[in-house]
Amino acid sequence: MNVGQHNGGLSGLVSRFGRPGARPENGNGPVVVEPRPAAAVAVEPVHSSKTLAQFLSLVFARPKAELVDLGPVIGSNIAFLGERIGCKIHVEDLYEDLDRHAQKGTLDQFGEFLRDRLVLRDSSVDAVLCWDMFDYLAPPAASVLATKVKRMLRPHGLMLAFFGARASDDTRYTKYLIEDETHLRYRYYPSACTRRWVLQNRDINHLFAGLEIFETVLLKSGVREILFRKPI
Amino acid sequence: MHEELASIGKSIIINGELSGSEDLTIEGRVDGKIELRDHVLTVGPNGRIKAQVSAKAVVVLGHVTGNLTATEKVDIKENGSVEGDIIAPRVAIADGSHFRGSIDMQKKDQPVSVGHALGTYKSEKSEKSDKSEKSDKSDKSSVPAATSVTNDYARV
Repeated sequence: MNVGQHNGGLSGLVSRFGRPGARPENGNGPVVVEPRPAAAVAVEPVHSSKTLAQFLSLVFARPKAELVDLGPVIGSNIAFLGERIGCKIHVEDLYEDLDRHAQKGTLDQFGEFLRDRLVLRDSSVDAVLCWDMFDYLAPPAASVLATKVKRMLRPHGLMLAFFGARASDDTRYTKYLIEDETHLRYRYYPSACTRRWVLQNRDINHLFAGLEIFETVLLKSGVREILFRKPI
Repeated sequence: MHEELASIGKSIIINGELSGSEDLTIEGRVDGKIELRDHVLTVGPNGRIKAQVSAKAVVVLGHVTGNLTATEKVDIKENGSVEGDIIAPRVAIADGSHFRGSIDMQKKDQPVSVGHALGTYKSEKSEKSDKSEKSDKSDKSSVPAATSVTNDYARV
């Protein structure tokens, strides 16, 4: 791959989806706009994401794809994924579950909780959006979730996950709003948990043994965006 | 002349099947099944529904547990809560709402596929250059090329 090469095929494939919530030119299409207070927008950084673009492109290539989103429900993401990518979306907000356990002081039981939490059948899902969930999971819980994800993915199924570079005392989760096929808007909201766990590459390789690393991108912030694919 | 809207008040509890041919607002509690094929069901802020719902459109400001099927739209407003599966061509979910379940926006009689979407794409793209269209056609579903290094990030 040449340095600086533009991903023409990709932008051609997905850029027509446009921004979520946009009305088609004929004016007859659906409009789904999540309220966005002007004050909040100013503190919501937008980051480019190369792996998101690949993820969306590959999901789009799978007719009637089923996708699991482990983050909180976001109206504009649902519109983007449902209307433009054309997939069925399962919303399984594990951040909410994690928060509930943190508030009850039962984080040590979160791994056990996860065993019964995701009930989708084995090999029934085309893609999983994990976002940065693994930064918040202790090793036992991370292991349970990774095993669950690996099981539920179909052959050639995809998993997108972000891994932070450092632990933090910041009591905020991040909502990742899909701005377009290559950009994510970060919206922060209060959390009871902090980003405690930093996974090294060897940890990630071990955790997701059995999945191929399809693409890895290291952001300037140190965050690693990794796109995994389940082999046939 | 002002037409009075049908509503189920806060203190009303219904167990069983509910069907009708007019728009309905529920502020009370309904357990069972609700069918308003060509009309709008609004679950008010005080409404508590534990039912399978089928309607033209469903607006949720209260709490719903059960599957929602709408021929036009499901709209979950701020503070609205849905736990169940949604099938509708359009779904709007406001910030501050709660949802757990699945969302299927694919039309049953017109499944979304790569081919179908690309068909739409061609018409949209027709205004653009032939050159870019040609390259898109030649590689519809293959893995697109990715930039190796940019100012923002690097492949590792």
